[in-house]
Amino acid sequence: MELVRIQKQDFSVTEEIELVKAVSKSIGGVVVFLGTGRDISKSEEIVRLDFEHYPGMAEKKLQEIRVRALDNFNIIEMGIVHRIGKIEIGENIVLIVAAAQHRNDAFMACEWAIAELKRITPIWKKEITKKGEVWVEEHP
Amino acid sequence: MVKIRFFAMLKNKVGQEEVKLDVPENISLEKFKQILKKEFPAITEFLDKKSIMISVNQEFATKNTMIKDGDEVALLPPFSGG
Repeated sequence: MELVRIQKQDFSVTEEIELVKAVSKSIGGVVVFLGTGRDISKSEEIVRLDFEHYPGMAEKKLQEIRVRALDNFNIIEMGIVHRIGKIEIGENIVLIVAAAQHRNDAFMACEWAIAELKRITPIWKKEITKKGEVWVEEHP
Repeated sequence: MVKIRFFAMLKNKVGQEEVKLDVPENISLEKFKQILKKEFPAITEFLDKKSIMISVNQEFATKNTMIKDGDEVALLPPFSGG
């Protein structure tokens, strides 16, 4: 399985961690960010989410983030998985797995990667509420 | 012929995912935006907003990017992944 993917189906956090850990026995710390579908946004009740991406470019940007993370942080490996399509409340959306010899490097790389993902990856979230649907325009 | 792709709310505004447009050879991004505004008045306000990014052949365009025949141009509303 590829370390960086965009897919419709759910992923297993444990399997993704194992995939990254399998890269090296020097890994001593793994930091994971898991983004999940929440049921509230700006006091509005969310029923479901729907993610759209720019096929090709979105995958390329995630690959770039992994390469830059490996270049700029003292980490051994990074995995990134983002789901698209319909996502129910509570389901997994995105996973970043950063692995390093020591925890501090993994924490820093993981935080940078999710911020960079939100900044440069052409993926869009639509929130479906009881009142209608709205494309989200900001990324807090 | 340039392929133009629309995503998220821009796709809803234009009513199409993708259109092909004949444009003059090697035009600047600014000139291309003027053509887009004329062809798709529904998205003029989005094009005037700085938050809309444009990609050419799946790389972010800058004000110096030139658009030529065969290019794939995409209009990218603010991202909200993650």
